[in-house]
Amino acid sequence: MSPRIPPERFRALFDPRGVLVAGVSAHPGKFGFVALHNIITQGYRGPVYGTNLEGGEVLGVPMLRSPDDLPPDAIVDLVFVCTPAAANPDLLRACARRGITAAFLTSAGYGEAGERGRAAEAELVALADELGILLAGPNGQGVVSTPARLCAQIVAPYPPAGGVGIVSQSGNFVSSFQNMARASGVGVSRAVSAGNAAAVAVPDFLEYFAADPETRVALAYVEGVGEGRTFFERVRDVAAAQPVVLLKGGTTAGGQRAAASHTGALASDDRVFDGMCRQAGVTRAATVEDAFEAAATFATQPLPLGPRVAVVTTAGGWGVVTADAITRSELELLVLPDDLRAAIDERLPPRWSRNNPIDLAGGETRDTVPEVLELAARHPEVDAVVYLGIGIQSNEARLMREGQFWGDPGLERIVAYHERQDARFATAAAEVSAATGKPVLTATELAVADPANAGPRTVQATGRLCYPSSYRAVRALEHLWRRARFCESRGLV
Amino acid sequence: MGRTLAEHESLALLRERGVPVVEEAVVDTPDAAAAAARSLGTPVVVKLTGPGVAHKTERGLVRLGVRSAAEAESAATELLAAARPDDGAVRLVVAPMVRGARELIAGAHDDPQFGPCVMVGIGGVLAEAVADVAVRLAPLDERDAHEMLDDLRAAAILGPVRGEPAVDRDRLAAILVALSNLVVERPDLVSIDINPLVVVDGAPLAVDALVELRS
Repeated sequence: MSPRIPPERFRALFDPRGVLVAGVSAHPGKFGFVALHNIITQGYRGPVYGTNLEGGEVLGVPMLRSPDDLPPDAIVDLVFVCTPAAANPDLLRACARRGITAAFLTSAGYGEAGERGRAAEAELVALADELGILLAGPNGQGVVSTPARLCAQIVAPYPPAGGVGIVSQSGNFVSSFQNMARASGVGVSRAVSAGNAAAVAVPDFLEYFAADPETRVALAYVEGVGEGRTFFERVRDVAAAQPVVLLKGGTTAGGQRAAASHTGALASDDRVFDGMCRQAGVTRAATVEDAFEAAATFATQPLPLGPRVAVVTTAGGWGVVTADAITRSELELLVLPDDLRAAIDERLPPRWSRNNPIDLAGGETRDTVPEVLELAARHPEVDAVVYLGIGIQSNEARLMREGQFWGDPGLERIVAYHERQDARFATAAAEVSAATGKPVLTATELAVADPANAGPRTVQATGRLCYPSSYRAVRALEHLWRRARFCESRGLV
Repeated sequence: MGRTLAEHESLALLRERGVPVVEEAVVDTPDAAAAAARSLGTPVVVKLTGPGVAHKTERGLVRLGVRSAAEAESAATELLAAARPDDGAVRLVVAPMVRGARELIAGAHDDPQFGPCVMVGIGGVLAEAVADVAVRLAPLDERDAHEMLDDLRAAAILGPVRGEPAVDRDRLAAILVALSNLVVERPDLVSIDINPLVVVDGAPLAVDALVELRS
């Protein structure tokens, strides 16, 4: 099936040659100010114009009365609308006269506002259709596109660039996922709040993401999916082209009542929805963190070719709980092959675990961690590696830096060594993954407890996610394995 | 509201579709019930069936472990006397007692949002409390059906259990595909429930079923 909306129509929304903010305010507390501020400050490179009724200048941008007053040579593709609903029909007509082909509407007072609002929304959709304008929203928070350095939002943040495409029926989840992108360093290609989804809905954006070379994985929050069969068929086609991670709100009776009053979503049997996702090859996430981490993993790790996981750890307990997590999942805890055991024996004193998890048990010297990671990842029976124990040395280094003996050259030397080592381990994990085409996931609570630690900081610098626990690394890897199996059984790439 | 098919009609519909169904006799008199018990070999189960008969167990309309032809005859007499006017034209089902350590449920229904769906789950008296079911949208293929079985939390139940061999997954998957075809080809079908689907020596066998049609 081809996308309902041709992908090239989204260019005006996600890669506009110029942007007009309609309804700019001089008051920094108003959306009409915030939108202009965010577009200008986050580095959008095209020309930016603004309209309001007061005139004057806001943030250095001279205010026009109407899109009709745009300079004759101005090329503007996108209007970001912060005006009241009543003003919007005339505004859109004027925009169309100036060649604008996409509009993002933050304006409220439409479908969410009773019968009159619904009528106004239907008229707006018909008008946009007639004018050839792609209409996003209304009642949405905005649109972000890192390839265009576009932060057209009435909220923060602006995320780092990357391969995750975000769409949400609830604007604040766009913010949530972008906050997680900022914190983890795993970046975003496009992000959009569907708002009331009057003309362009979640499946339309998903179809665009599948066709978008900047997007490697789609991450969506939904409460309702409209006509179920059509949603299934469309999302199945999207998932055949790229991973789709879906977080659904309203899976319990209590949540469904909340969703009904939030987005008007109809209650459906969650077991049917879950089966539909499995059948479509959609990765269904259980929680907000699970959703982001699954998407981040799809964006930054290769798919495993099988379920067998090797755990490399510098501490016994972590290995044990990780073995539990793997055993409870659809993954397999690899039985350590004899030749791999023999190869590790050559590099470690005999107190290492001699089994999987590969617990180095403190016997490691300068080069052991990179060597064992390499041995494990290169072994043909290993499909994926989880690496635990990064950052321990740099954690002590931090205490040394903060202690009263800092300045002692011996301390400085060892701190530099520790931090260099952790950086090296993080780099080795990324390099061996790239070289073998196998996922190698690094987990430590220091990712949250002390993100400045050289271990997690370097994992982030390699572009990978540093998982805050081994359980969450295993969960993300399980999502990848499910997708790999699905693709393999259906002959998808 | 739809109307339901009688148990034996429901099972006949499944049999036509290649679903393995328990061999049973459908009779109208206590005499004939006794003869059926004799020819099937005891013990048997004797049930009242009819277009309006639902919730048989709750109403005491299922007699399990009937050990002789004479017992079958008296059970049949009692069941016929227990019939109510809204049960419609009732008949008697005499069937062999089917034993298996594992009971599953399988079915199809028309979901208001997603349309025709097929389900499989863990059956037995605790089925509702356990609530271990997997669903797919119809039409589904063998691969989908096998994946449904993998989705069950208690998928281990399908392996060897208490001296019984593993469940024949291909046969079970074929039943799910048959249900899918049925619900796709028969838009008048509101729902179909096989409960229980007893696993006998590894082979799933439909022992009771209820089909609901649009009126």
